[in-house]
Amino acid sequence: MTFPHKHLIDITEYSRDDIMLMLQTAERFKEVNERRIKQVPTLKGATIVNMFNEPSTRTRSSFEIAEKRLSANSLNFGGNSTSTVKGESLSDTVETLCSYKIDLIVVRDAHAGAPRKIAELSGVPVIDAGDGKHQHPTQALLDLYSVWERKGSFEGLNVGIVGDIAHSRVAGSLVPALKIMGSNVALIAPPTLLPARPDVLGADEVTSDFDGILPDLDVVYMLRIQRERLEGAPFPSLREYNQLFGLTKERDVLMKPDACVCHPGPINRGVELDSFMADHPQRSIILDQVYAGILVRMAALYLLLGGSGDGFDA
Amino acid sequence: MDDSTPKSVCMNADDIERALTRMAHEILEVNKGPDGLVLVGILTRGDHLAKKLQGRIESIEGVELPLGELDISFYRDDFLTHFAPEVHSTHIPFSIDGKTVVLVDDVLYTGRTIRAALDALMDIGRPRAVELAVLVDRGHRELPIRADFVGKNVPSAEDESVRLFLEEVDGIPSAVEIFDVAPGERVGSAPIKLRKEA
Repeated sequence: MTFPHKHLIDITEYSRDDIMLMLQTAERFKEVNERRIKQVPTLKGATIVNMFNEPSTRTRSSFEIAEKRLSANSLNFGGNSTSTVKGESLSDTVETLCSYKIDLIVVRDAHAGAPRKIAELSGVPVIDAGDGKHQHPTQALLDLYSVWERKGSFEGLNVGIVGDIAHSRVAGSLVPALKIMGSNVALIAPPTLLPARPDVLGADEVTSDFDGILPDLDVVYMLRIQRERLEGAPFPSLREYNQLFGLTKERDVLMKPDACVCHPGPINRGVELDSFMADHPQRSIILDQVYAGILVRMAALYLLLGGSGDGFDA
Repeated sequence: MDDSTPKSVCMNADDIERALTRMAHEILEVNKGPDGLVLVGILTRGDHLAKKLQGRIESIEGVELPLGELDISFYRDDFLTHFAPEVHSTHIPFSIDGKTVVLVDDVLYTGRTIRAALDALMDIGRPRAVELAVLVDRGHRELPIRADFVGKNVPSAEDESVRLFLEEVDGIPSAVEIFDVAPGERVGSAPIKLRKEA
């Protein structure tokens, strides 16, 4: 028995069992992360390239920690020093990297579809660490892990994703992932922040009435207002956005007592999320999400780099 | 491969129980009592054997030894070529620093599992000593590793597989059985495919 995927690029290619195995494998790595020596030799000798053609602090550092804790050798590639700045094409860059005899590429790119192209060119396993407005599958997996840990299951869970759906690759992976796991998903946003075809994502409900739907939600997933991706003023002011679509202290009374709050970070405090909610000791699982990021990335590397065959000679 | 019928049965349930009782006495004798001893079973059969040893030692000495489970899949030397997605986790809820760890496994064969287990233990703590207890030693070592406590020595050929079935895991009477293995097939004791109903 082997893991049936070579890449983690499009979460919709994964079945419920594949995702569950990913989450259970992530859970196994908890024990490693809680030891004094937080490292296992599993990927000793493997070379992993972190190709970040777009700025990233959290995702990149999370991948780096996951790689180090599995004893892989990692090479960070990208940023202002990239050869693309000097005019090299993506395919030439990938071919150059492949000449280093690498084993896996983690890709962050501003262009949707870049990870798929890199997978075709390189022939090695590729993990999409966020491509344009398309997908961010490890983010979806860490979100699922945190929700699973808090709620115990996905079946019938009401999850509301609030905010900038149109520009969100987080939603691009999370909505289909939640649907695969059997949850009900509502998208909550002003019409200007919804994609032209919100139905394509597969959500059960699309609404602009946050207060109307909030009492039904088990999980309230607040998206970041990505100031760098906003064009054409989709709402009059950040203050107005906060009043209508921010998870404010005042909205606490509308929420189920056991509803939890997620956010992919970094938080714009006072815009989509008030500090009261971000730091709420019972509701907020935002820091659990950060920890889960390490666990699921270790699991993804482990499952994608595992060899073929079934068992080993004792 | 038809692994539904064993070629031979080398231990039945009674043999296993008697061997474990003797091993419990030997562990206590060699270590001059239960002080400073902890048991760590290697998943996915050694943990059950370790639990049985813990029960034996408690009935002899009246002391319940700390019991842990060790998953070695992150330490395997063949991870990049052979791999089975499993869902187990190491669980050692006590410090092994300064303790004598009795490592427990079902079948000792090449020694590679034990090599991995030793590495895993050293990442968890610094035991005073590590001893190895196995139910079956089938020979064919590929590393300089030997067991301190052995339930039974079972001479075997390299194209045979020696497997432990446990009633509490497999739902069939406990036994150690030898199977033929087709060329190219792996002969390890784990993961065990469930035997078909007779």
